Amino acid sequence: MSMSDMTYRDALNLALKEEMRRDPSMVVWGEDVALYEGSFKVTRGLLAEFGEERVRDTPISENTIVGVSIGAAMGGLRPVAELMTVNFALLAMDQIVNHMAKIRSMFGGQTHLPMVIRAPGGGGSQLGAQHSQSLETYFMHCPGIYVAVPATPADARGLLKSSIRDNNPVMFLEHELLYNSKGDVPDDPEFLIPLGKAEVKREGRDVTIVAYSRMTILALEAAAELEKDGISCEVVDLRTLTPLDSETFVASVKKTGRAVVVEECWHAAGLGGHLASIIAEECFDRLLAPVRRVSGLDVPMPYSRKIEKLCIPQVETIAAAVRETLSQKY
Amino acid sequence: MESKLRAILSDDDLLRMYEQMVLSREFEESCAEQYAKGHITGFLHLYSGQEAVAVGATAALRRDDYILSAYREHAQAIVRGAEPLRVMAELFGKATGICKGKGGSMHLFAPALSFMGGYAIVGGQFPIAVGVAFAAKFRKEGRIAACFFGDGAVNQGTFHESLNWARLWELPVLFVCENNHYGIGTSVERASALPDIHRRTCGYDIPSERVYGMDVVAVHEAIKWAAEWVREHNRPFLVEAITYRFRGHSMADPGKYRSLAEVELWKSRDPIPAFGNRLVAEGIATETQLEGIRQQALATVAEAVAFAEESPWPEDGEVWEDIYV
Ligand SMILES: Cc1ncc(C[n+]2csc(CCOP(=O)(O)OP(=O)(O)O)c2C)c(N)n1
Repeated sequence: MSMSDMTYRDALNLALKEEMRRDPSMVVWGEDVALYEGSFKVTRGLLAEFGEERVRDTPISENTIVGVSIGAAMGGLRPVAELMTVNFALLAMDQIVNHMAKIRSMFGGQTHLPMVIRAPGGGGSQLGAQHSQSLETYFMHCPGIYVAVPATPADARGLLKSSIRDNNPVMFLEHELLYNSKGDVPDDPEFLIPLGKAEVKREGRDVTIVAYSRMTILALEAAAELEKDGISCEVVDLRTLTPLDSETFVASVKKTGRAVVVEECWHAAGLGGHLASIIAEECFDRLLAPVRRVSGLDVPMPYSRKIEKLCIPQVETIAAAVRETLSQKY
Repeated sequence: MESKLRAILSDDDLLRMYEQMVLSREFEESCAEQYAKGHITGFLHLYSGQEAVAVGATAALRRDDYILSAYREHAQAIVRGAEPLRVMAELFGKATGICKGKGGSMHLFAPALSFMGGYAIVGGQFPIAVGVAFAAKFRKEGRIAACFFGDGAVNQGTFHESLNWARLWELPVLFVCENNHYGIGTSVERASALPDIHRRTCGYDIPSERVYGMDVVAVHEAIKWAAEWVREHNRPFLVEAITYRFRGHSMADPGKYRSLAEVELWKSRDPIPAFGNRLVAEGIATETQLEGIRQQALATVAEAVAFAEESPWPEDGEVWEDIYV
């Protein structure tokens, strides 16, 4: 398989372009996505290639961006909308939760919504409390939509292409700190990553780290550190939160006997609690220690670099959690 | 002076509109009975009194024009062609319902009829209608999207966002406000800084018109003209129809916030006898014919109730179906 080294941003951009070339019913819109080419430049070059009919700047009306996408999807198009950041998805929660997630089911399966809502998010750029949120749990908590959370450029490309081709509505959550990250990406235009399939990104014996999006990258770094001390970590990247591939991480925990779950979102009622409970239920007789959770702190994100760091899982906090798990015996 | 009905529409069309108004009324009154019996549960918002709007408007649209509505939408669906049997079965929560019993009173949907749904979040349908209109324009289908809503919905942000968007992108949306004077118990004067709803579009450079919504022919004419204007210009238009609901907001609401005198005044403007009397006066129908239409509607509704009663409940396994493709 031939590969190219490219950034997460470019991988997403390529996926959009390829799918637009492939499917003339696909349209892209959002605030500043056309002329300005996207706040994070993910939509660079789209207007030039596909024109104003298919690539459009919208007014600053998040709820309506989602609602218009829903209507367009019902009307036979395949819209891919960008919310400038996931923080503004809160203004669109009505259309996301009450409409996008419900329409197929409440209308008895008589229609479907082939649409994607892309939203950059996450913390760590000193953007303050209103621009640093990790809201993945909010969407995972709502049946009727899929939630994709790619960690690498290859996953970003493969998952976005699958999300666009899928006939279910997808919340596609990109991490702002990953846009510049680089990696090998298969050139094959049919390279797709199935929704609902986690990946073991690193094999190991002693402990399983379950993570997603940027937390996967940090988990891999922690695993590399721990290896120096002879600790062997298996890292499972969820890749999508809905559908959730619990089989893959349950099998891994059964093998290693220990689990650390890493989430960037808040600890209270975060998705890590759900993952931990699945592990507790499915692997109780195989667990050698309680499941540990590494989460964002339950505080509004502070601006100051020094204390912002404390609020987001770091390589060291993940490594510390792994060591604690390993120190536990009974 | 009113122009003669025959100068506007054919006898067949006029009689069909009368039939549809009567069927809508009888359907709703029967729903109230079935609710009292416990066969229909949950929220039930009836349309009695507003029939001239759904009937006049739908008759003025093309059959493939999209219709979107809110939760008071039984009549809109039936007038568009949904089978009363399957609508009633939906209200009963039966598997034979138009949405397999998963939607209920507030969520009727019939894509084959371009009836794109009843939505129960006030104002939720505005952006969806704009999106449907976008798709129609993009695909050069020549269809428009008619979006029905109440006077209460215009105070939602979605109304303003959608008006702005529809005008900015020049989309064929026909906004149809059914101003029945109340959002639950709050009168339009107590909820809107500018209660003349049709005038609220000026901020978006969208033309609009007000029509007397108790007159089915007036509604028909207004919507016909507006729909053609929308189609021709590929731009939004708003029609405000002044109407009244005879019952409370829902079956749970006795409607104490309205004076008896006010309700009686509006009931004296009941669109059905008003239209029936004109049909007789202008020699288009006889009293006997009109009574025959009513009997037919009663029979249709009775058949719908029997069908709904006899229909099976959804299987338990259905809860997992129709969520994802
Ligand atoms: C967003 C939202 N807020 C509140 C409600 C509760 N609610 C249901 S109907 C209604 C009144 C709406 O009035 P109007 O739009 O005039 O429609 P009408 O009932 O008169 O047909 C309200 C407040 C709701 N369903 N959705």
